[in-house]
Amino acid sequence: MSLDTATVRRVASLARLHVDDAEVAKLQAELNGILGWIEQLQAVNTDGVEPMAGGAVTSGAMRLREDVITDGGIPEKVLANAPDREGEYFGVPKVVE
Amino acid sequence: MRATDFTIAGALTALEEGAISAEELTRAHVAGIEALNPRLNAYVTVTAEQAIEAAQASDARRAKGEAGPLDGIPLAIKDLFCTEGVRTTAASRILHNFVPPYESTVTTQLKRDGAVFLGKANLDEFAMGSSNLTSAYGAVQNPWNRRNDPDTVLVPGGSSGGSAAAVAARLALGATGTDTGGSIRQPAAFCGVAGIKPTYGRCSRFGIVAFASSLDQAGPFARTVEDCAVLLRSMSGFDPKDSTSAEVAVPDFRAACGRSVKGLRIGVPKEYRLDGLAPEITALWEQGLAWLRDAGAEIVEISLPHAQYALPTYYIVAPAEASSNLARYDGVRFGLREDGRDLKDLYEKTRAAGFGAEVKRRIMIGTYVLSAGYYDAYYLKAQKIRALIARDFTEAYQKVDAIVTPATPSAAFAEGENTDDPVTMYLNDIFTVTANLAGLPGLSVPAGLDAQGLPLGLQVLGRSFDEETVFAVGSAIERAAAFTARPRVMA
Amino acid sequence: MSYTIEGETGPWEIVVGLEVHAQVISEAKLFSGAATGFGAAPNTQVSFVDAGFPGMLPVINRECVAQAVRTGLGLNAQINLWSRFDRKNYFYADLPNGYQISQFAHPIIGTGVVEITLGDGSTKEIGVTRLHLEQDAGKSLHDQHPTKSFIDLNRAGVALMEIVSEPDMRSPEEAGAYLTKLRQILRYLGTCDGNMDEGSMRADVNVSVRKSGEGFRTRCEVKNVNSIRFVMQAVEAEARRQIEVWETGGEVTQETRLFDTGRGTTRSMRSKEDAHDYRYFPDPDLPPLVLDAAWVEGLRAALPELPDARRARYVAMGLTPYDAHVLTLEKETAAFFDVVARGRDAKIAANWVTGDFFAALNRLKRDITDPPVTAENLGALLDLLADNTLSGKLAKEVFEIMIETGKSPGAIVEEKGLKQVTDTGAIEAVIDGVLAANADKVAEYRSGKDKLFGFFVGQTMRAMQGKGNPALVNELLKKKLG
Ligand SMILES: [Mg+2]
Ligand SMILES: [Zn+2]
Repeated sequence: MSLDTATVRRVASLARLHVDDAEVAKLQAELNGILGWIEQLQAVNTDGVEPMAGGAVTSGAMRLREDVITDGGIPEKVLANAPDREGEYFGVPKVVE
Repeated sequence: MRATDFTIAGALTALEEGAISAEELTRAHVAGIEALNPRLNAYVTVTAEQAIEAAQASDARRAKGEAGPLDGIPLAIKDLFCTEGVRTTAASRILHNFVPPYESTVTTQLKRDGAVFLGKANLDEFAMGSSNLTSAYGAVQNPWNRRNDPDTVLVPGGSSGGSAAAVAARLALGATGTDTGGSIRQPAAFCGVAGIKPTYGRCSRFGIVAFASSLDQAGPFARTVEDCAVLLRSMSGFDPKDSTSAEVAVPDFRAACGRSVKGLRIGVPKEYRLDGLAPEITALWEQGLAWLRDAGAEIVEISLPHAQYALPTYYIVAPAEASSNLARYDGVRFGLREDGRDLKDLYEKTRAAGFGAEVKRRIMIGTYVLSAGYYDAYYLKAQKIRALIARDFTEAYQKVDAIVTPATPSAAFAEGENTDDPVTMYLNDIFTVTANLAGLPGLSVPAGLDAQGLPLGLQVLGRSFDEETVFAVGSAIERAAAFTARPRVMA
Repeated sequence: MSYTIEGETGPWEIVVGLEVHAQVISEAKLFSGAATGFGAAPNTQVSFVDAGFPGMLPVINRECVAQAVRTGLGLNAQINLWSRFDRKNYFYADLPNGYQISQFAHPIIGTGVVEITLGDGSTKEIGVTRLHLEQDAGKSLHDQHPTKSFIDLNRAGVALMEIVSEPDMRSPEEAGAYLTKLRQILRYLGTCDGNMDEGSMRADVNVSVRKSGEGFRTRCEVKNVNSIRFVMQAVEAEARRQIEVWETGGEVTQETRLFDTGRGTTRSMRSKEDAHDYRYFPDPDLPPLVLDAAWVEGLRAALPELPDARRARYVAMGLTPYDAHVLTLEKETAAFFDVVARGRDAKIAANWVTGDFFAALNRLKRDITDPPVTAENLGALLDLLADNTLSGKLAKEVFEIMIETGKSPGAIVEEKGLKQVTDTGAIEAVIDGVLAANADKVAEYRSGKDKLFGFFVGQTMRAMQGKGNPALVNELLKKKLG
């Protein structure tokens, strides 16, 4: 599988990364290099293998926490790092649905 | 003896005996940082004042008989751990101004035990790299140099390059790191220090900027295996704030360092005997096995048939998770924002300006392998191979108690040497990455020097949650190696 | 007779499936400890986890899982003891992580069924495809600033159940009935308050049309419709739009649309210009969700009585199907009725609740959760009727006083001396007086003018200020007039 420039642009758009024309060709070559190298995995027989999920060999069940309010009530801290703070809100350019 | 030259164990004794105060110890390190950090760039942010205050508080605690197990020990904290009130950048421009209003669990526990934080250590951007060259805050210099070529600056490895360099150059007694594919063990080997990535779930990931959630683990650096054991004990433990944190007891790792390896079966994976592996690396490996045999261990050849696929598997899984984990850096709630004509434009410009080339590359790969039509061929396939890799280890550990391999395929290199092609760069992690995929503990211990006088490390891998055996084997290698070489640049 | 829309080319059938997002009732959010209450000041119910800060990790709330299981049980659905959370990746201003934690490949609840009742009394089963747990997004305010949208993350991370139906509905009425029934079940279970005004329940409506006997044609999804009436209108409007497209030689394209409540029409969403590719994958921060079978059985055993069962019980108690239906619409009403009817004549209790009591609620614009008369007091009133302490007429008077004063019927009867007179001697004395004062009428009656009996009853009751026991008055009058 090899990426064409349209795919590079589509993936960049999905990932919300602006790429200018000069970058596209470079990225395309690099990504195709990596994907070509990754291609060797297709040779591995994985029939009937359960995919690993999570990072532990013996992945246990999820722990459940109690339904208690232990957090929130810290709007100043939540907003403190905001690049555009609008009063009690985060501000972004107007979104049209 | 210079105050910066203590081991952690030695410093704790000296503090306890009153031979030195925490303030003296910290001031010595702060002076070292002031002198050398402009050159080494091991720290992104130095918190000298807070460190001295913390050291004074530590001395006060000790005077009252309330000292914790790490009281007064000055550490470097990888700038991937969120530290309340102290800028945390992940070595990325996108977090250049981010001051977390919270503290990671690992650093909370280190503070609880009395540690003093000297500052935030440099790293590859978002921990993506094996050279520290991808940091938005500049490269880190390896304090070691080639004997015949002392002026060529070498990389410290990565991604925890600042942590490893700081410990090697005596700019901290120990440091925290994180290891997603080898990011503790490879820089430890490059800088001639010890470092361990514990079992996945041993250290809480809460408050650590995520790279690849199913692979990331925190771990310590120090100049001895025993010091790593001391640090790991404080860093470990169940955390209800991390759903992947393991509810297992934290053993006395330090005690395990003194255990005999007599009768232990040490596995040597035949697949790791790569064609073209540097003879020096092969020789070191053989030497390490010989030491262990002399100490009474039995060397057993084992097979990890899928290990050869570990690296490409990693380069699907890690970027896929990273592409999702890094979606939150969008210029809305924290960090860098570049204005845009609309929201999508703002996102694209912010992320293009905020992320460096390697991070973008991995986001692109990760986005692609998860995208419609490719998920099964890439991500799902990789997770199945990952299961096979984990199964290989499970089977191997029926026969052996630990596995010993080289830590890296080479000693530290210079910028420009095998750093241009991403895939060549990725090969740095060839020996380390399997442990992340399988979630197993791995220790890198300095074991010798190459012909240029650069440190080389051996890696000890263990069973799930059996860091004790890893420490025992690592300590045996350390004792036999009697590694006393020092970097050229040192406080 | 099945529902169709008549087009130029003949009748068209409508095919409807609903995806309902129901906000789970819980104190804290699905993966964080922040509160869930409605109407709090902006960004005050937000943890760093909800705001997607670096290094923050999700930890699941047990109660949210329990609520999903209860709902699954209430929908007669498969409970999956092993399920998993996936990440749905997309960028949006009110989605802080850049992904929503949801369940894609392995939902907690599998197939189930909801029985709906239609206006003609017929019933129909609507299949439920699945129910999964997921996080809600935050809220964007678009009208606060000329060039900016404002983001409030209070809702971000609140637990939602997405309940997906089969495309089994064939008319706006069926869609409305399904949503009504679903809402009723959720409210009975206490798993969602069903408050569509506050956004606790939102529906995505999937609509397609077809000619009789055809397979499915392309469907469109009308997003986020927030009332049952609007859902019915949206189905109708979207079906008519699609019929027109087909009949004018066009092709309906699969897309996401919005319902314009003002115009009663649907329109394409502009944000659709960017094709979605959600890149689902298992959330590596969360191990699988494994439920203990015994825990599920415990939840099953503790389940409240659901509307269908309750209605059947009421019919068995002698209520008309209509009264049973009306009394079970809201669980609070049914609970009220149960208290009124306990140990009493169920039919009389139903008449009082659906009659005078409902009329009073309407008149006073009060809600069943804030009744002007408690169920206990209404029951006590029925007891006074049953033991002849009060006549029907007096009972109504006492009921009005109960509404005004909030007092118990016993106290009112005591205070006002409204107690019905059942002492035959006393009644006879009054009757004797009435007959003596109306000797002429007595003569007329005795000569055959039977109609005058009512006159004597009226005179007697008036003389007794309405407190005479009607049956006794009748009986004694008959005897005396002989
Ligand atoms: Mg939907
Ligand atoms: Zn949904």
